[in-house]
Amino acid sequence: MKFITKYIKEVWLAIKSLFVGMRRTGYYFTHHKEIITQEYPDNKDSLILPKRFKGEVVMPHNENNEHRCTGCQACEIACPNGSLKVVTEFNLLENGRKKKAIDKLVYHLELCTMCNLCVEACPSDAIIMDQTFEHSVFDRNELIKVLNKPGSKIMDGVE
Amino acid sequence: MWSFSNIADSIHNGLSQTFNPTVTVILEMVIAGLAVIGLFAMLGLVLVIMERKVSAWMQIRLGPNRVGPKGMLQSFADTLKLLVKEGLTPNGADKFLFNLAPFIAMIVAMLLMAPIAFAKDFQLWDLNIGVLYVSAISSIMVISILMAGWASNNKYSLMGAMRSGAQIVSYELSAGLSILSIVILTGSLKVSTIIQSQADGWWIFKGHIPAIIAFIIFIIAVTAETNRAPFDLAEAESELTAGFHTEYSGMKFALFFLAEYVNVFIVCAIGTILFLGGWMPFHIGHWEGFNHVMDYIPSSIWFFGKTFFLIFIIMWFRWTFPRLRIDQLLNLEWKYLLPISMINVLVITAMAILKWHF
Repeated sequence: MKFITKYIKEVWLAIKSLFVGMRRTGYYFTHHKEIITQEYPDNKDSLILPKRFKGEVVMPHNENNEHRCTGCQACEIACPNGSLKVVTEFNLLENGRKKKAIDKLVYHLELCTMCNLCVEACPSDAIIMDQTFEHSVFDRNELIKVLNKPGSKIMDGVE
Repeated sequence: MWSFSNIADSIHNGLSQTFNPTVTVILEMVIAGLAVIGLFAMLGLVLVIMERKVSAWMQIRLGPNRVGPKGMLQSFADTLKLLVKEGLTPNGADKFLFNLAPFIAMIVAMLLMAPIAFAKDFQLWDLNIGVLYVSAISSIMVISILMAGWASNNKYSLMGAMRSGAQIVSYELSAGLSILSIVILTGSLKVSTIIQSQADGWWIFKGHIPAIIAFIIFIIAVTAETNRAPFDLAEAESELTAGFHTEYSGMKFALFFLAEYVNVFIVCAIGTILFLGGWMPFHIGHWEGFNHVMDYIPSSIWFFGKTFFLIFIIMWFRWTFPRLRIDQLLNLEWKYLLPISMINVLVITAMAILKWHF
């Protein structure tokens, strides 16, 4: 007797769980406002990207052409496949001491996997992930980018 | 009033006035064959776009929306692509069987069209064992699948074909038993008699809960028999690339593709005839006004409406449920569907003898 009640219960639970699934897809079938597809080339102006979408690494500069990078190379160490190369230089300060700064921060977009580890490793929030994603070019060399703008220097107060 | 049977009658009269009886029969056969092929083409085009739109909306996507108004001509473009593609035969394949298999699949689908009543008095062949004929012929489908899988000389194809064989052998049983339950209630295997017996109400309403159970088991079994998800082990894309039609391309692939959709249409038509009253309009007891309004809708619209409703349900299954493993598939049949449908047939027999149904 116990076997039969268990059997019927199993059949009942199976049918119930199938109906739960069918209710969900039936809901999506009748509610087209839930559709998440974006017709990309048509809606270039009104494209809404998710907040955590990662396109490429950029270094934001303020209006005085200043960035926050100290040249600590934490990003270079954090990068799993060597997409970032920090080229440092030493500036002579007026009190006679030398100060480390970046000459160039070279970013290899063709190697980058957008893992976000460099951004998390950066102690001074100098680099962020941008949301641009149209990266195709005709020459591979165009993918090797220098992140700091020419003539830029470090922001005051960032150590 | 306009109807399919009027058109058929006028064609028959017109032909028999000009030709002698033998030529008339031959010409009518040719016309019927062309009509069936035309219906196949229409079904292929309509069901493919329907499947793609239904799947897209169920998966919160848009689906095809570029070719024609709202993407409705997408299946024409797909057909054109398949027509101009090269039909390749692999070197290691058994060339004769490999090329024969898709045609067997199509021929089976064409044979199954014969006993289906599309509208009032509109049927190719009203033979007295119509339902038995359908369940016998539909099993031949597996031969084409086994042939394709064996002749391809490909491990994926062979595996898919063998799975399909195991699947059809087991699910034929419960499909047969649920068909049998309606045959018991009607007392006839003839399609037209089965439909006539539902003039005062469809079997799914007249047969109480046992008929509903038989209907559910029928739908599950035919989903398995047509090799559609959640029972698409024969062509499981993620494990067997495309199963038995891995090596097929171009028009030969298209024939298998078309045969799948035509089979879905046929099993849904059989389900409509057995459980939902075929072309019978929907009547409620003694509501004369309501019944007259329902009678005014042409019988062909009733038939195709119900059939497409069942097709939609089978598509709904496909895009909701995950695929079963082979042991789960056989467990479901032998441990659940078969015992339940056997008890159900007993209950229905008792019901038919004691006249408990309406």
